[in-house]
Amino acid sequence: MYTFSKKLKTVSIALMLIGALGVVYGFMTSHKSFEEVETMLAEEASHHGGGHEAETKAHVVAGDTDHSDNTHQDNTHDALADVEHHAADEHAEHVEHVQHQIANRPWSALYVAAFFFFMIALGVLAFYAIQFASQAGWSPVLFRVMEGITAYVLPGALIVLGIAVASGVIGHYNIFIWMDPEVVEHDKLIQGKSSFLNLPWFIIRGLIFIAGWSLYRHFARKFSIAQDNADINDNRNFKKSFRIAAGFLVFYIYTESMMSWDWIMSVDPHWFSTLFGWYVFASMFVSGITVIALITMYLKSKDLLPFVNDSHLHDLAKFMFAISIFWTYLWFSQFMLIWYSNIPEEVTYFVTRFADYKLPFLGMVVMNFVFPLLVLMNSDYKRIPWFVVMAGIVILCGHYIDVFNMIMPATVGDRWYIGIPELSSIMLFAGLFMFVVFTALTKAPLLAKGNPFIKESEHFHY
Amino acid sequence: MEASKVIHAIYTDDDVLMSAVKKVKSERYHIEEIYTPFPVHGLDKAMGLEPTRIAIASFIYGCIGLTVAIVMMNFIMIEDWPQNIGGKPSFSYIENMPAFVPIMFELTVFFAAHLMVITFYLRSRMWPFKKAENPDPRTTDDHFLMEIAIHGNEAELAILLKETGAVEVNLVDKDEAH
Repeated sequence: MYTFSKKLKTVSIALMLIGALGVVYGFMTSHKSFEEVETMLAEEASHHGGGHEAETKAHVVAGDTDHSDNTHQDNTHDALADVEHHAADEHAEHVEHVQHQIANRPWSALYVAAFFFFMIALGVLAFYAIQFASQAGWSPVLFRVMEGITAYVLPGALIVLGIAVASGVIGHYNIFIWMDPEVVEHDKLIQGKSSFLNLPWFIIRGLIFIAGWSLYRHFARKFSIAQDNADINDNRNFKKSFRIAAGFLVFYIYTESMMSWDWIMSVDPHWFSTLFGWYVFASMFVSGITVIALITMYLKSKDLLPFVNDSHLHDLAKFMFAISIFWTYLWFSQFMLIWYSNIPEEVTYFVTRFADYKLPFLGMVVMNFVFPLLVLMNSDYKRIPWFVVMAGIVILCGHYIDVFNMIMPATVGDRWYIGIPELSSIMLFAGLFMFVVFTALTKAPLLAKGNPFIKESEHFHY
Repeated sequence: MEASKVIHAIYTDDDVLMSAVKKVKSERYHIEEIYTPFPVHGLDKAMGLEPTRIAIASFIYGCIGLTVAIVMMNFIMIEDWPQNIGGKPSFSYIENMPAFVPIMFELTVFFAAHLMVITFYLRSRMWPFKKAENPDPRTTDDHFLMEIAIHGNEAELAILLKETGAVEVNLVDKDEAH
């Protein structure tokens, strides 16, 4: 039995406390008055040497083509004409717009970090179900680590849904503008989608997804423990686990897709991509596998997993390598089709990212593709723990930025920065994730000894 | 020459062969070659063969393929007959790069795969019209053959090989074996 070491527990609680303080600080400082924002903009304008008038004009042009959260349906031409007549109005509107973006930042930062850690747990749950459905022989020694991580699916998902709903109910529609009735009133496109995108239905869908995932997790864990205590010739629990894994995977691939539309894609309610669900899946899958590898190596370094050998690590690293490439394939497929066809309402998504998010957008491709490709290509390196840890940390940072790029452009626009709200949100949820996962690891022996494939897994040799 | 004399030990089971290889290696004999009807996992390590360098060759071939793709697309689509790609007539390679990524990927894989296979065949001395080196046709069916060069020690070697489970031990003149 594993005991949650005092040191690690202290670290996780400290992370949560410091994170929580930072999050509160982020919220406290995000409410700027109209005048404050006005002075800030004026300072920025003088700093860049450009006139304010020109910037307002540029912003209106950019706003109508790039910003999905713009409430105006006027086309660029009309907006430009308006600038001449109502420069003062536009100025006020611009200041208010920036004021909103600044207010959105702590919400978005919290949401991105919450989603990132939840996505790790859900990715691991899918990986775990695949091991059962395919009756994999190499992985059963890692099952308890995976079960530990999936303990975070329920709290993590509830937190994500909670923040999403709170941003509309408590906050001022800080993440999802389609929750704002005033916006919907002036927006034909959102009106057309409002039978799907409305708050009650959003909450019900979310709860259905979460219920399905948690039920599978609950029963898979139950059967896994029951199989440990069962007679050596009694494989009934394993068979049950196999059956529910197959059922869960069908449920998962539908709900994961819909979840990605609901919880991520709808931040840009005008924009849609048909392979978005797959794209988010690749991200959560590779992050989940990376975390399995990291926690396995941590526990092995404490001599708690003597039955895990180099070949298991090698296989996990192979998965990290392969799914990183799979992620790139989907990322590029989504990008290339939209770039090629160049349809305004689609391409605006990438124009915003290229204009305002060049560094995180292209940096993420380097971190999620080029780096793992070069570092993990060599077969021998996949067996060196510190090498895999290094690659894993870069992959996790890269996928955090991936989620960041999915949410932030729609909510804070060019007012982004990875500062106190972002880092403290990461710390808050990293602490919570560690606390939940390592507590779950103490609940059962670290070897699923009853699994019929456990001998094969222990002797797994590449 | 005496070096052209070899001993052929024939086995009928891959597990027996593996333990025989370990035994022969531990007695410090040099195994020339082993002929098997199918790849035996871990045999190369047991024989003490150096790890393959084909991965490095493959990486280099991939880089060549990538370069060929870039140069080729630049010539075809940008220089020789400039194309308006996706309604964005910029006539610049880098701005149209996303359109070329599939080709870059495909040619990387194509070059790596084909040149790797060709390299493997050449390195294994298998070129067209080459006479088969296989000393015993049974190794293409269900027998395993271990070939060891002898230096006037055939008697003790034969005893050792019999001990390891060889079903047949033959002394062969290498030139005749061809």
